[in-house]
Amino acid sequence: MFELLRTRLGQGTPTAKVPADEASFPDRYRGRPIIRPDARGRASIDLGACMFSPEEAGPESGIEYTRDYRMATRTREALVASDEELELATALDEKMRRLLGRSLRLRSVVAGSCNGCEMELVASGNVVFDLARFGVQFVASPRHADGIVITGAVNANMRGALEATYAAVPDPRIVIAVGACAASGGPFRGSEEAGCGVPPEIPVDLWIPGCPPHPLTILDGMLRLLGRIEGTGRVAGV
Amino acid sequence: MTVDVGSRFAKLGNRRAIALREVPHLAIDDLRDALTAAVASGWRIISLFGVPESSRELRLIAVLADDERGQLRTATTIVGPRYRALSTTCVQAERFEREIAEQCGVTIESDRPLKPLRRHAASHRPPSWPAAAPIEREAYPFDRVEGDEVHEVAVGPVHAGIIEPGHFRFQTHGEVVLSLEIMLGYQHRGVEPLLESLERDAAMLVAESIAGDTVIAHASAYCGALEALARSHKTARAQSVRGIALELERLANHVGDLGALAGDVAYQPGAAFFGRWRGECLNMLMTISGNRYGRGLVRPGGVAFDIPPEMASELGARVRRLGAELRPIAELFFGSASVQSRLEGTGAVSREACAANGYVGLVARASDVPRDVRHDHPYGVFRYAQIPVATAWAGDVYARALVRWLETQRSLEFLEEQLGALPAGEPRAACGGLSPSELVVAMEEGWRGEVVHAVLTDERGRVRRHKVTDPSFHNWPAVMVALPGNQISDFPLCNKSFNLSYAGHDL
Repeated sequence: MFELLRTRLGQGTPTAKVPADEASFPDRYRGRPIIRPDARGRASIDLGACMFSPEEAGPESGIEYTRDYRMATRTREALVASDEELELATALDEKMRRLLGRSLRLRSVVAGSCNGCEMELVASGNVVFDLARFGVQFVASPRHADGIVITGAVNANMRGALEATYAAVPDPRIVIAVGACAASGGPFRGSEEAGCGVPPEIPVDLWIPGCPPHPLTILDGMLRLLGRIEGTGRVAGV
Repeated sequence: MTVDVGSRFAKLGNRRAIALREVPHLAIDDLRDALTAAVASGWRIISLFGVPESSRELRLIAVLADDERGQLRTATTIVGPRYRALSTTCVQAERFEREIAEQCGVTIESDRPLKPLRRHAASHRPPSWPAAAPIEREAYPFDRVEGDEVHEVAVGPVHAGIIEPGHFRFQTHGEVVLSLEIMLGYQHRGVEPLLESLERDAAMLVAESIAGDTVIAHASAYCGALEALARSHKTARAQSVRGIALELERLANHVGDLGALAGDVAYQPGAAFFGRWRGECLNMLMTISGNRYGRGLVRPGGVAFDIPPEMASELGARVRRLGAELRPIAELFFGSASVQSRLEGTGAVSREACAANGYVGLVARASDVPRDVRHDHPYGVFRYAQIPVATAWAGDVYARALVRWLETQRSLEFLEEQLGALPAGEPRAACGGLSPSELVVAMEEGWRGEVVHAVLTDERGRVRRHKVTDPSFHNWPAVMVALPGNQISDFPLCNKSFNLSYAGHDL
């Protein structure tokens, strides 16, 4: 017992600050891509299709990565950014937020992924990122959930199970799409088996791009949806 | 029994390409006999796959390993739309033949009908063969136990946590599991056809996305295969950086799994502390590559990011701190009587089962089978910096946890040593076109075990077939072996102790 307490004290408090500052990320971190000032003719970048690979940046593609980890949007169209400004996600409407109160219970559905996004969703709940401090938790049944989180390209073998899970969540329900696969099929685009992201029959309320998105990107998106982060500002009500 | 494997098979090496015409061509019955005899004398099938040879014929290629002597062998055969299963006498071939039947649309005659493996349309069928009946994605012939008070429990594909999809069917008597069958394929994305058809840059991203927790191992095996076919020679520095990334990946997953095991037995301090330090392993990978899982680092010819001296010394200090932080947590975890009582004797896999069925990686090592590609078929930096093979003997959840901790410590030592003495040289060499009509097998010891990428080129040097084998392909049956006799409530703990990849299996 003594050893346990001593180890616990030695651990200190590792919880990450939200919103984070850029110092939380190493120099080589590839955050939100933007169009380079010297890029000719490039009109837009689709963050939903971006794989955040080193090869996608450079003078030829006209893209460079910033160290900005915030990039969640409310619509798929908003992920296609035309200039430096990205229309970051805004809060759910007043009625929905009143219904949710201070909690959001989510069910995870994995549908044709590599397990990268899922690991970052799990990490979002660890002692460092601690999503639960903001009232967001993952639950074991769609009947207990306010909405679902979809990861993966929505492949042929999971499409039916995804539709059934979505149908089992009581209305009104929220849908959050996490990762490049859910937005566009990611690296598997063009494969008939893999699919090309969340189908239009399932309306998405929040898109979180990345391959996979950093836990702070996930937190930022969810807190914006709940109205607890606005603009570039600080977390409200903590 | 000793078998003259040499005369029936051609010699192969890890990442050494040979011309397809040098691979001995056997009749199907001779291949069955040769495989059966070889496996009976200690060889192990590491790859067995089909590739259309013409519009009406299918070529099968088999690759065998002898881990003790560090040898690889290969042979090939050509079959029509129907043949007698290799697995009628060589049981190790069964899972591979389920895969071949599904991918290539060939009818394999077997005493027990081969069940579907991933439930998808045939992607490698010789074009003139008649199309099979439409696939039934939800139909699966589960085995059933009948009897008074026997009942069936079905779980999945959508699970209670944030977990990949899979379906588990238990036959239980009260709390005790009589048998377990696992239906997979829910994560199937068609990885192999993509690797065979996409341009190299795009295919590289697919290789990094086969299993998101095994980015480095799959990317290195993918590149290893291409480099061998292109006769590209990596510098010692590139090999070192890849080795560092591979061991950081191992650390992240082993430490994370120890935390998850602690969580599954409700030992919260272990879950919290290990979970936190897993993050530091990922953050070190992000320092090197810009991504927490090392995406973007491993590229054909070497690595896309160097580790400059100041970064090496910073990482060295972080590795030392990590080791110092992990030790007391591991002592707490393994020293706790409540943890020991839950882990010991749970979900045991025997040494004999490992040897007979060809389980790999830490599952094999926890059952006292010292199988490790870094040691048995060394490549890259592991030819110079040898990491001792860590084993345990009980084959239970405790043994699998212990092997993770032993390997964690050895990876930490390796990292400290490598970061302190990075060889000079460029991080990346040229990697050009591939030699035509050649076969190569690249093996890598990922954190779960053996990752195999076998690549065959056509007469113009394009990729004709790219076969991926994740360690999960070999090890999922071990979960079905471990469960009977345990309480069904111990399933999550058992399953976590294997922590197999659904995506890596389903491809």
